[in-house]
Amino acid sequence: MRIERALPVAIIVGALIAIWYVGAILMNTPLQRDFFANAGRTDYSAADLALADLNMDRPKLPAPHQIVAELDKTVLETAPTSKRSLVYHALITLQETLLGFAIGSALGIGLAILIVNLKVLEKSLMPWIVASQTIPIIALAPMIVVILNQFDITGILPKAVIAAYLSFFPVTVGMVKGLRSPDPLQLDLMRTYCATRAQTFLKLRAPASAPFFFASMKIGVAAALVGAVVAEVTKSEDGGLGARLLAGSYYGQTVQIWAALFAAAALSATLVGLIGVADRIVSRRMGFAR
Amino acid sequence: MLSPLAINEKAADSARVIDIADLSLSFTTADGPVQALSGINLAVERGQFISFIGPSGCGKTTLLRAVADLETPSAGAIRVNGMSPQEARANRAYGYVFQAPALYPWRNVERNIALPLEIMGYPKADREARVARGLDLVNLTGFGKKFPWQLSGGMQQRASIARALSFDPDLLLMDEPFGALDEIVRDKLNEQLLRLWDVTKKTVLFVTHSIPEAVFLSTRIVVMSPRPGRIHDVIECGFPRDRTLDIRETPEFLEVANRVRHGLREGHSYED
Repeated sequence: MRIERALPVAIIVGALIAIWYVGAILMNTPLQRDFFANAGRTDYSAADLALADLNMDRPKLPAPHQIVAELDKTVLETAPTSKRSLVYHALITLQETLLGFAIGSALGIGLAILIVNLKVLEKSLMPWIVASQTIPIIALAPMIVVILNQFDITGILPKAVIAAYLSFFPVTVGMVKGLRSPDPLQLDLMRTYCATRAQTFLKLRAPASAPFFFASMKIGVAAALVGAVVAEVTKSEDGGLGARLLAGSYYGQTVQIWAALFAAAALSATLVGLIGVADRIVSRRMGFAR
Repeated sequence: MLSPLAINEKAADSARVIDIADLSLSFTTADGPVQALSGINLAVERGQFISFIGPSGCGKTTLLRAVADLETPSAGAIRVNGMSPQEARANRAYGYVFQAPALYPWRNVERNIALPLEIMGYPKADREARVARGLDLVNLTGFGKKFPWQLSGGMQQRASIARALSFDPDLLLMDEPFGALDEIVRDKLNEQLLRLWDVTKKTVLFVTHSIPEAVFLSTRIVVMSPRPGRIHDVIECGFPRDRTLDIRETPEFLEVANRVRHGLREGHSYED
């Protein structure tokens, strides 16, 4: 990357880290003062206090270097098979996310195809699809787990279903728009050839929806990950990044919580990035890239 | 030549490609029905080049779309090769060139030209031969692998003409195909189109609002007037088939152009 482009990025990152350190000192100072008072220490300087603020065991806001150290410990120094490894938990979340995303995007694309082809479904189905997303997932997740448990569906699948529940919606909305994106002339052209509906779909609507498809996939996969994490908070005994969040909050392990948050964000960014790469490859093949 | 034609005459004349009798067409809009076409009668014989000229709103595009079964008339009848427009469309009787090239951006030029062939189920080898012939016909050989955005507007429109001709329909319907192009490119394409018409012996219906274009290209010019859209005059225009752009300076050319201009003026005043 050239320096002109790298510099603004570096400045923003630097500024965020600086603000974070200041925030950590401000938030942790009252608690650290109490600790010093309880230990009978009164002869500390401002620098002593600040240093102690940034290295507490259970700070209100951990400092960036503490999170980096925690990530180093739980990602690099712990075997991925151990339940103490963040990699172990991230892989569980990844499985649920990918399965949920597969179900959700298949459902989303299927619904979009139905809605585009059957006018009545737009009015009859769309309100329910929208309504489904107005219910807080945190309220719905335990019920989905309980209901699926009734049918002996346990393990990864209930959590994948919750992930799918969040991810199908952006895919449906995006793909309906994408499949309707051909302009009237492009559609008239198909009529002049007396093309069948299937031909119009395969040779016009589907390829025209490609840019919308990838945008939908990016939002869908990020939503699936959120769904998976929420599901893990609901049903934490199987592990996963959500379970790490829950355990961290039980025991006041803020550093662990933040490390799990960063792991989830990194996982999400990686998945979105991979779809971005696929998008670029396909766009070039389809002549969209200039 | 403006005689109403009964449909049952069609058997008598197999050279007749298009018969339009008492055609009316109205659109329903939010402000009530709008009469787009009224009392249209027209017969077109095989191999003719017919231009439709008139101000915007005179229904020339609607008329072309009705022939193509893209609009449904409210009264009257159209026969294309003795068939209804629906049957003609199902028989792939015509190729249609729109105002915009309407090339599919994810297909390169070759695959755009091959699109109708794919839909109509031509075998691959035949498709390739026809695409090569089409590219040659519109002087785009060597550009087959380019994507539409890599071509100029004139080249894109030539590609769309090759696409319309790829399955070799007898009838070519063209709706202001060169309207968005500059004068110089348009002149060039007019000459090429004339050559193409001469070589392929197609029947062409051509919508335009350019008088020189209409006079240069046509065997007959249909002057239309608006509100409601109707045929005001039909002008015969018999220049030799191998004419070049130079004829535009001849007195004969200017005389026909003047007749068209008068027709347009009579049929339409801009104070309306």
